[in-house]
Amino acid sequence: MSTPATHGTEGAGTLVAVWAALVALTATLVAVIRYAPGNPGIVATMVITPTKAALVFWFFMHLREEGRAIRYFLFAGLLTVIVFVGLMMLDYGLR
Amino acid sequence: MTEATVGTREASYLDAGHRRGIAAWILSTDHKRIGVLYLASLLSFFLVAMTIGVLIRIEQLTMGRTIMGPATYNALFTLHGVIMVFLFVIPGLGAAFGNFMLPLMIGARDVAFPRLNLLSWWFYILGAAIVITSLFTGGGPPDTGWTFYVPYSLRTTTNIPVAVFGAFVIGFSSILTGLNFITTIHRLRAPGMRFGNMPLFAWSLYATSWVQLLATPVLGITLLLVMLERLFGVPIFDPAKGGDPLLYQHLFWLYSHPAVYVMILPAMGAVTEIIPTFARRTIFGYRFIAFSSMAIAGVGSLVWAHHMFTSGLTDQAALAFSLLTFLVAVPSAIKVFNWISTLYKGSIELSAALLYTLGFIFLFGIGGLTGLMQGALAVNVQVHDTYFVVGHFHYVIFGGTGFAFFAALHYWFPKMFGRMVDERRAKLAWIPIFVGFNLFYFSMLVIGFQGMPRRYFDHLPQFHTGHLLSSAGAFLMVAGLLAMFHNLGRALRGGAPAPANPWGGVTLEWSTASPPPEENFAVLPTIPAKPYIFPREVAP
Amino acid sequence: MTGAAAVAASPHRDDVRSRMGMWLFLLTEFLLFGGLFVAYAAYRSIHRVEFHHAGAELNALLGVGNTVVLLTSSLTVALGVHALRSGRDREAPLWSCATILLAFVFLAVKAVEWSVKYEHGLFPGKPALAALPAGERLFFGLYFATTGLHALHVIAGAVVLAVAASLIARGRITPDAPVIAENAGLYWHLVDVIWIVILPLFYLAA
Repeated sequence: MSTPATHGTEGAGTLVAVWAALVALTATLVAVIRYAPGNPGIVATMVITPTKAALVFWFFMHLREEGRAIRYFLFAGLLTVIVFVGLMMLDYGLR
Repeated sequence: MTEATVGTREASYLDAGHRRGIAAWILSTDHKRIGVLYLASLLSFFLVAMTIGVLIRIEQLTMGRTIMGPATYNALFTLHGVIMVFLFVIPGLGAAFGNFMLPLMIGARDVAFPRLNLLSWWFYILGAAIVITSLFTGGGPPDTGWTFYVPYSLRTTTNIPVAVFGAFVIGFSSILTGLNFITTIHRLRAPGMRFGNMPLFAWSLYATSWVQLLATPVLGITLLLVMLERLFGVPIFDPAKGGDPLLYQHLFWLYSHPAVYVMILPAMGAVTEIIPTFARRTIFGYRFIAFSSMAIAGVGSLVWAHHMFTSGLTDQAALAFSLLTFLVAVPSAIKVFNWISTLYKGSIELSAALLYTLGFIFLFGIGGLTGLMQGALAVNVQVHDTYFVVGHFHYVIFGGTGFAFFAALHYWFPKMFGRMVDERRAKLAWIPIFVGFNLFYFSMLVIGFQGMPRRYFDHLPQFHTGHLLSSAGAFLMVAGLLAMFHNLGRALRGGAPAPANPWGGVTLEWSTASPPPEENFAVLPTIPAKPYIFPREVAP
Repeated sequence: MTGAAAVAASPHRDDVRSRMGMWLFLLTEFLLFGGLFVAYAAYRSIHRVEFHHAGAELNALLGVGNTVVLLTSSLTVALGVHALRSGRDREAPLWSCATILLAFVFLAVKAVEWSVKYEHGLFPGKPALAALPAGERLFFGLYFATTGLHALHVIAGAVVLAVAASLIARGRITPDAPVIAENAGLYWHLVDVIWIVILPLFYLAA
């Protein structure tokens, strides 16, 4: 069973735009943490970091061309880490 | 049902290939040969670890020293655990029977990545060799127990880094097998073989593979951190450096609890194949069994801290994990109900495979119930680190996975080797195995409840009778095991030639020759729309 | 028929299978670091203040700089795969070389960081580290373990990309059978994603 080889739905322009967004998001994150430390920094991290990762997954790693199976796989992996950290916090977060 | 081909043995996977001798096997990417390689390795390691177990039981025949000192005792129970857990039960039915049967059952020619499959076995052997090296180098065999708890594992002069590195390498074997099976099930099912009519053994392998894939790396990093701390003084777990030994326990059990579901799920899957065949009835609750496999894998990954109830968790954590532990028993119980319901009013043929399977259901039941007991926080305080735990896990792992392994071995032996096993001798061997097993491990439940600590070289007089009974049971059981293996060996050398379908099974492996040709199917058989449909017998 | 053309035309070829296997492997790498993230979360919650202090010892500028280096290397990898898929297989290896160059930059910066720490005695086995409060010691323990393991993956990724580039240059990977090169790219991107998580945990902790 083969799949068509050239299915590059994104052009080079899109890739560069994604890169620019990633750098901009990084700068934003650094700025928030530098100039509004404490809770804004934490919120910014929890929003920006997954967003950056999502951009890499979706565009650079061609997740938007993949079928449901692989997308669910990634979701399962991410959910696993999140759940592990969450349950750990029942111990460490409440000490 | 296909026509039996008795007598003439056509070219099978056993003869195929251009290589000769041992190279033909250890360089083969044929999933069937790899399955046999795993089977031979697994059973060899089992016999070694079993012998160590016998030595432990001899030591416990008397109070004080019998045949060894305390340091040796610690090393022996560590080695027994490491070999049994990492080299026998975790690869277990998945590596041996999963490798052989999965492609056959789904109508495929091989697994998704045959060369990766061979690499899995090589990692397994390499890891085992590294562990063996730790016995004779550095400070000698580890004495921490197979759980390598800190801070002792950071302090003991025994050869922890090498042993732990060996376990790390073995982990790659498990990860690659999981990766291979997931991809195989997603991409290599024959047309008409949907997830909804796939054999339940395949479903169990699917669930197991996810656990292997996602949980094993956590063990990997944990062992790596222990090596880094020991070798380079990186502060992570050592309380003398400010670390928290509980973090090690969390990370260790994050893998090692799901690992027990890696041990049991393929066993349950094999049992789910054997029961319909020898009850000649469709399986009761196909969907429930399929979903319960996934549920066990999922919920089972959320209960790890129940190994730590007495270690100093917060109350909230202890309560949550206790609740989750109770929940995970539900899907297992669902399976037990479904198996019994399948047997009920079935046309039972008490083959050796079914006999070991019935043993499995009973013994796993006791094991599971004693597990539930420990899930209750108050009981756990009483029985943690006692022989009650040792009894419990031997009931589930040995009475469970072990008996299922033996059942699967007798069930699929004709298919794998083209020979029939002497059923009468197999069933006779079962008796001392089953009786001995219960004497062996039930005694442990009793003395454990009475307070006998585990991993102790010596014991107090009030536990002496219990230990004697336990050891007697062990020796009886081992005698039975040796008889069972001897019988299988006889079959391998000179058993009656096996037909393609000696049991009247309805999954795809039975529609090809025994043993199968290298390409599995000369002609792909029609895939039944619904699984486990048995042709009705003509009424006399 | 050449090897590559034979693969491209083979009836048994299943690119989804290859990519699926690669994604599954990437998940294991993610869970490997996931264990470190679990450890970080645990220690940070019981040593909040010390983690904040220890984070100030790290050079955020170098950390952010290295982040931009890796993000750019992800771009070059993606452009290389894009070139290959678009038929420009002479151009693709050049992008791989650019990526490997950026990998060297990353590793050089990391080497500088670590040697500075070593000189200040903030290194496993060195006295200044042992003199720190427990929480700060653990921060550094996790820092060295995590960035060290990540650096090993950067090296591995660079090797993988070099092999893929060489296979493209020799015509063993072609525009109509690019899956091996795509998989190599996937590995590199994961190395980048892991660093994306590492940045705020360690370099922006202060």
